[in-house]
Amino acid sequence: MIAHIVRRLLLGILTIACVYTLTFVMVISIPGNPFQQSERNMPPEAEQALRVRYSMDNNWLYFWEFIDGAVHLDFGPAFTYNDWTCNQIIADSLPVSVLIGLMAIVLAVLVGVPLGVISAVRRGGWVDMTVSALVLAGISVPTFVAGTFLLIVFAVYLKIAPVGGWGTLAHLPLPAITLSLPFIAYIARLTRMGMLDVLSSDFIRTALAKGVSPRNVVWNHALKVAFLPVLSFLGPATAQAMTGSFVVEKVFGVPGIGQHFVNAALNLDAGLIMSTVLVFATLLVFMNLLIDVLYMWIDPRIAEAV
Amino acid sequence: MPELSGNCEQTFRWALRRALRRHPLAFCSGLVLVVLLILSVSTLPLSVEWYNVQELQAAVRHAPSIEPVIPLSQYTSASETEVTDGIVASAHGVSSWLGHDDLGRSLLYRLLPAFLVSLAVGLAAAMMAVVIGTAVGSVAALFGGRVDMVLMRIVDILYGLPYILMVILLKIALTGPLTALFGGRSKYADVVILFVAIGGVSWLTMARVIRGQVLSLRQQPFVEAARASGAGPWYILRRHLLPNLIGPIAVYATLVVPQAILQESFLSFLGVGIQQPVPSLGRLAADGVEAVNTFVGFWWLLAFPCGLLIVTLLALNFMGDGLRNAFDPKSSAATLV
Repeated sequence: MIAHIVRRLLLGILTIACVYTLTFVMVISIPGNPFQQSERNMPPEAEQALRVRYSMDNNWLYFWEFIDGAVHLDFGPAFTYNDWTCNQIIADSLPVSVLIGLMAIVLAVLVGVPLGVISAVRRGGWVDMTVSALVLAGISVPTFVAGTFLLIVFAVYLKIAPVGGWGTLAHLPLPAITLSLPFIAYIARLTRMGMLDVLSSDFIRTALAKGVSPRNVVWNHALKVAFLPVLSFLGPATAQAMTGSFVVEKVFGVPGIGQHFVNAALNLDAGLIMSTVLVFATLLVFMNLLIDVLYMWIDPRIAEAV
Repeated sequence: MPELSGNCEQTFRWALRRALRRHPLAFCSGLVLVVLLILSVSTLPLSVEWYNVQELQAAVRHAPSIEPVIPLSQYTSASETEVTDGIVASAHGVSSWLGHDDLGRSLLYRLLPAFLVSLAVGLAAAMMAVVIGTAVGSVAALFGGRVDMVLMRIVDILYGLPYILMVILLKIALTGPLTALFGGRSKYADVVILFVAIGGVSWLTMARVIRGQVLSLRQQPFVEAARASGAGPWYILRRHLLPNLIGPIAVYATLVVPQAILQESFLSFLGVGIQQPVPSLGRLAADGVEAVNTFVGFWWLLAFPCGLLIVTLLALNFMGDGLRNAFDPKSSAATLV
């Protein structure tokens, strides 16, 4: 089992290395550079000096210098944010996104799993129909529409939440709820599918025949198995939620890291692009690994198989 | 073999018909989409003429009304239209039914082609997902071993890249060459770039799904029999696997369409989607969000585009769901409790 985890860890590091290389190749092969963003073009000598200063005149050197810094958790300067290093930007914005993302994921599990279980148990009934319709609505309504709607209702009309911004506890719920909506939908759907699978299996029939109460069978016996697909969805979903959503951040004025993914790409800010990509890829690999371990803990058959 | 393809088609049609009978919601969704499609296609000549016309005189952010915004009589003299230089007033009331946007353009005439543009984005992405995803997924599963390992690692790595960032970088990378290809007509190049950028990242899930399907199919006795009788992998793929894959491919392709439309709306919200003046549902909805954020009151700019966007997405999702239920044998299994 330890060997399996170590192998997954090595594979994860390889994946991160490939993601980094791919991003690097894309960034340097795209025309344009972060030094030409202002309205007035820089004199070529000054640009050349900047390139030399940041080792960007030599791609090979830059490649190694950046990865060398990244390994020591130093992502270098952000070219388009004067006086900011990528470290400062990430340290400022990542905790915000992680907080909202974790809240959204917890909320999604707390709401999505019961919804899925209930609709699977009452399959075909009006509860199932309602939940299915809600799930599709959750997938179909764009986040910025849902967020704006929540903002208009709760902040503008009911005045029980601030219109936007960041700093107090009152700023947390609306962005977290907005971010959780699509996740609730996916989790409810996965749970429903998993439950339908499990409920028709033999051990459930045995448990029922032995006289275990249906409630106990559904929530303890069946859910334990039906939760596995949800668990594997949670790996990438958590990584995604924790790296923020530009849309939610823009609607609610939250200073998270999601905006930097977009702005870095739009500004072609090589350093910031690669820093944010590395943060995302590392989180993703780490979450997947964590889920793998959890999987083995929940389902001992998998631990035996590896 | 003609009878083979005939059988597949029959099975497909039968499943389709059963889906519609069992899922009236999916059927209604299909109907809604067809009606919207007919509406927007039949008015295309009109809307192409009017979608970017600014009725500036009276219609900037004009609320919806049945009456024409500008009375016909005001524009009977030729001189007046010449003075306004290209800004022509709509002589009919239809253009003001859904109000006007902040530049005085008729929302109705922007929504109608927007539906087509969004649908085209979705279909293009679905097509790319089908072609690339099916190819990668089935090759990985068929050849197995090292090929499978490498291809699936590539998919893993691409999953590891943040989606929005990839689309933006792809867009920036493709803008140069494609604009040159279109001879400077950047309006169209822009739409094509978006097709490719969204399609280029939406095939990943498809590849995984198809790989799983092929892996389970290749264990089936009929594939083993074909292999035993000396059929090569390409022959097996074409003759035995692809016909069996049509179901899942159709299902996931239908689900890619609304996803791609949603992605386009996010990109438009970020300001990197389809560029003005070409309308798309996401573009219009995002504009509406901004109009409402700054001055509460221009409700129609938010309500109508968002309404149409949500109806379209819901209808597509309901249809995809119905199709999936029809093709997924598990969903027709007996239930308990």
